[in-house]
This record gives sequence, C-alpha cells and structure tokens, in this order.
Amino acid sequence: MTQTDLVRSELEPLVETIDVKTHFKTPRGIARAVDGVSIQIRRGQSLGVVGESGSGKTVLSRSIMGLLPRNGVIREGSVRYRGQEIGNCSDKEMQSIWGREMAMIFQDPMTSLNPVMKVGKQISESLRKNLGMSANEALAVAEKLLHDVRIPEPARRLNQYPHELSGGMRQRVMIAIAMACGPNMLFADEPTTALDVTVQAQILELLSEQKRDRNMSLLLVTHNLGVVAGYTDEIAVMYGGKVVEKAPTKTLFANTKMPYTEALLSSIPRLDQPSHSRLTTIPGRPPDLVNPPKGCRFAPRCAYVRDLCLNEEPELEQADSPDHTYRCFYPVGSPEYFERRVELTRKGELVASEGSN
Amino acid sequence: MAGTGKAHLRDDKNVLLRVEDLVVEFPIGRTGLKVNAVSGISFDVLKGETLGIVGESGCGKSTTGRAIMQLPSPTSGSIMFDGTELTTLSGEAMREARTKIQMIFQDPISSLNPRRNVRDIVLEPLSIWKRGTTAEQLAAVDKILEHVGIDPQRAAESKPHQFSGGQCQRISIARSLVLNPQMIICDEPVSALDVSVQAQVVNLLEDLKKQFELTLVFIAHDLAVVKNISDRIAVMYLGKICEVSSSDDLYRNPAHPYTDVLLSSIPVPDPTVAVKKVVVDGEPPSPVSPPSGCRFNPRCPNASDRCRSEEPTLREIEPDHFVACHHPLTGGEAPVSVHFK
Repeated sequence: MTQTDLVRSELEPLVETIDVKTHFKTPRGIARAVDGVSIQIRRGQSLGVVGESGSGKTVLSRSIMGLLPRNGVIREGSVRYRGQEIGNCSDKEMQSIWGREMAMIFQDPMTSLNPVMKVGKQISESLRKNLGMSANEALAVAEKLLHDVRIPEPARRLNQYPHELSGGMRQRVMIAIAMACGPNMLFADEPTTALDVTVQAQILELLSEQKRDRNMSLLLVTHNLGVVAGYTDEIAVMYGGKVVEKAPTKTLFANTKMPYTEALLSSIPRLDQPSHSRLTTIPGRPPDLVNPPKGCRFAPRCAYVRDLCLNEEPELEQADSPDHTYRCFYPVGSPEYFERRVELTRKGELVASEGSN
Repeated sequence: MAGTGKAHLRDDKNVLLRVEDLVVEFPIGRTGLKVNAVSGISFDVLKGETLGIVGESGCGKSTTGRAIMQLPSPTSGSIMFDGTELTTLSGEAMREARTKIQMIFQDPISSLNPRRNVRDIVLEPLSIWKRGTTAEQLAAVDKILEHVGIDPQRAAESKPHQFSGGQCQRISIARSLVLNPQMIICDEPVSALDVSVQAQVVNLLEDLKKQFELTLVFIAHDLAVVKNISDRIAVMYLGKICEVSSSDDLYRNPAHPYTDVLLSSIPVPDPTVAVKKVVVDGEPPSPVSPPSGCRFNPRCPNASDRCRSEEPTLREIEPDHFVACHHPLTGGEAPVSVHFK
C-alpha cells in the first residue's frame, strides 16, 4: 500500500452499508428486519446503534458480519469493507475476513464460549488457524491478550474452563478472543447487558481503550442510550428496521430531532431526579416488521403524531449540520412540536421534568 | 464492610417485615466448605414503604428475598412478618403465609408456564386457594389483568410466548396480585427489559402500590432504577449490608465507599458529562472465604489496617442514614485518603 493509498484509506469508510435490506422468511410472511439502512464507519471511529428490541440493530450488525441465520438474507443494497463488496460473500470467502478483519462479541458470554474447552485453547484457536502460529506460540499470545484485557493471573486462567470464571471475566475472555487476530472492526452486540453496572463500566472502559490503542473501529449495539453516550463518536437510532436519526454523539444529545430519540432518552431513570419521579414511557410496542404501519413507523406511538405522519413516510432530512439526519415531519423544536407539547402539558400527559435535555 | 448491627431498625408499630440477624449458608458438596451468601443482616420495612436492596451479583440480595419466602429457609435469624415469625412456621402454615407475600422474578418468560394460557396462569392461585366461585375467580382475574394493562380477551386465548417480555412481566405482576398480598418481593423485575419498557413496568408498580396499598421489596443491581422506586435503600456487599438510608439522601451523600462506586458506575445519558474513571478494579471476592474485617477492604481505596481486622457495624451518621464503615465519606471522621474520585 502506498502512502497516498494509506491516506485515502483513513478518510474512506472502513465499513459501509448502502441501502441494505435484510429480510427474514417467517411463517407469517416476510419480516423486513433491516429496511434500507446506510451507515459508514471510518477507521478508529465508533458508532453506536441504539434501539428497542426488534428495531433491527442486531440484524444490521449481523448483516455486515455475514452472520445471518438461515432464514435471513440481504435482499437489496450493498455491504462494503474497504470498498469491496462483501454482502454476498459465501461463508468460505468470509473466513478470511472473520477474525482478522472483523470480529464480534455478543451479549451472553457464557453461551458464546465453548463450555468444554479451556480458555487458553479457545483464544489460541483463531491465532493458529488465521495466523498459522504453533500451539505454544499461540498460548503465549493468548496469555498476553488476557493480560491486555486485565484478567488477573492470566497464566492460570489459560487452563480454566468458562464456568470457573465470573460473568465479567467471561466477557473479557470474549474480548480477548475477538482481539486475537488484530481486527480492524469490532462489533459489540449488547456487550454489557448481562453484567452488573460496576462491571459494565469496566468493560466499556476496556473496549474504548482497546479501540484507541489499536486504532480499531467499533460498532456498539445497545438499547441503552446511557451506555453509548460516553463511548461513541456517532450514534444511529434505529426503529422498525430503519435509521430514524443519526448524528455525532454530542449533537444527538444536544439537538435531538426525532421524537423517538427524545422518548428513549427520557425513559432512562436518572439519578439526579428525586425518587418516585414519574418515568416517561413510550406507549405501545415496536411495529410488526411483517406488516409495518403505513407512514412513519413510529407514528402509532408518537405523542406528536399528525395526519400526515400516518399516511406518508418521512424521508431522511438534514438538520443543522450535514452529519445530522432524521426522519420526521414535525421534529423536536418545530412549531407543530411546541404546539402539541403545550396541549399535552395542559392535559397533564407530560411530566414537567421530561424532555429537559 | 460491612456490617452487622441493628442501629437502623425502627421501633414503629407500622413495621410490616422485620428481619434480624439473617444468615443463609449453602454447603458445597461434601467439601465441608460453605457459601456465605448472607451473613447476618437485619432490616425492616414499614407498611406501604418500598425498600430497595441493591448490590452486585453474588452480594446475597436475591438470597435475602428468597429467604423471606423461606425458599429455602435461612440458616439462622428471625423473620417477623405482620406479627408472625415465619422461620418457625409449619409447612402448611407457611403455605398460607405465602399468600400474603408474593414474588416476581427477573425473567418474565421463564417464570410463566409456556403451555398454559395466560388467563389460567393468573387464575391458578385463586383456584388453589378456592377463593370464591369460578365465575367470581374469572371476574377477579379479568379485573386484575385490566389493571396491569393486558387485554383479558387476549389473555384467555394466548400463551405466554405470544406476548412481549414487558407484557409477560405484567402478567407475572397480575398473578402476584390476584391473591391480594400485603407485600411483593420484586427480584430484578426490570433488568431483562428495554429501557422504554422498564419505565412502563416501574410506573405500573408505583401505581399498583398505591391502588392496592402494597409494601414492596425491590431488589436490583441498577441503582438508578432502585433509587427511583424506593423510599429507603439498603446497599449490600458480599452478604452484608453496608449502608441504609432514604433513597434521595443515599444519592446526595453516599457515605460508604462502595455506594459511591455503584453510583459512579451508572452510565450518564449525557456525553458532555465526562465519563468517570472506574473507581474499583476487580470483582467481589468469593463468598466461600470472605475477607476478614470489612468485607469491602480488598477493593476499597480507603482501607486501613483497622478495616482489615475489625468489622464495622452499622451506625447512624445523619438522621436516618446508617453506614457500616470505619472511614465513611461523609458524616464521620475524615477518610484516611480522600482521592476517591
């Protein structure tokens, strides 16, 4: 790679999806789990993908990784890694990418680790297969990796089985396995949801440290906006298979446009609120992806819904800066938004403390 | 940390539940070793109050909740519920007592029988206790389902898997309410749910508590949720209680270094707030061989020799704010070092 190539690769997206549509065959019909999503992640950048269960956030990351279950398929659109199309690669072709180029960690470390294989062997597996190391070399690297993810007494841990480790330790082992072949891109799918808050903070800190040290890109999938706030450069909020708002993290929080994003934010219980504060909820449930509602998919649950929202689907709009986009006819801050807000407050349906952000 | 001590118990005729010196130990096979899950804790809950119990995995918070229900019975200690000592009740009398204390669990889907329809699941407690005629029972079930926001018609036709996680938790709540209990023990009821659904369930619990004049014990690891719903919070660490206080005071003036750690671990949904460095490394030690003295001392940045040898007991540092720490962060003698954050 020449110097100019290198410079260009820094600017070009490492991973890019263009209008990806991933469909699942279900007994009830076709579920459009990801319905036209375009995202870019540059080298060393972190993107948070946030949404409720069933928003398509996990399917999106699995579509990029080529890890869809059998009944799922990328129907349209393109997935590119370093400019190369990988959306329709076979598993065999993907093997040169998994581990060395892209790696993934999952929510439940216990079910992702092999319960009858020692930790050391699980880490060295990919080192031997992908990098052709000998068993001893690989074990030595595995010990260093365990040390990197801050596991005390790494040499002893190599000979332990997953059940001998705590949940936080298992997730660290998962991270060590993912880091083994030095990937450029790491997908973390709800990596801390099964963990205690104290351990969650440790794992998030570890992930951002690894990202920084290795100049790696990170895609962090979570349902908790609080988790991504401190650890990502950019956030994409997904709803019903679509990205409904995308912006640099600070902009998203400071200048929220989409009522859905606002609602997600205000449903997080905050420590600085007095106890027994009424939490803001989002009524109803995420849309049925087999028969999504006409118009804006969030409209049936939106407090600011109007006739137009129920009939027409909003296109991606640009907010104040080109890197901030959203899908909404009456975004937060619009005259119609304020008008409805006044009505709701009068009816007592909005709690005063809500939407302070 | 943490300590024993009963300074925080209240002498109030409204006390509904009073737990004293609760010890729960589990033997490990035939090794002669035992897991010290709960090591001598005391607390009380007033009528209509919500007590939050918060702590990391393995701190004994779920074991405490189950010990109240005698599931299993504690190794030693006293549990007085509404004037009755639960630990000495016979099997049949305990069964009767359990109708007044109900429990809801973390995973709403696995706590509902997948083969039965939802209305039958909620009806079962009534049919077991033969409360009223079948028609009265069905009417009671439909009413309670409406209270928790589940369509009774749909419940009569559907199985649990046809409902979402949040709805299943509502169904579990309906089942726990149908016998008109005085107290509900909620063991991590919202940890498996999305934040938006979590808020719905927390609000629902608050509403039901008012409507049915319930007393709640709310067990969770997320201090932000616990703080919102509780009147009073007990922080547990490795089988001991380290701090007890009203929930607002606990947040404003955490006195125990461990409470401070828990508070600062909660992710703040605001990127302009700098992420605080994680203040403790490591994880709780094994409850098979807990450390001597204060159980938090190996991870505590303020630990002194005294902490390693002498176990602190709960003492009052401000009105109705109790801490088991030799060097509390507020309200006591100055900490040995103050570099906590």
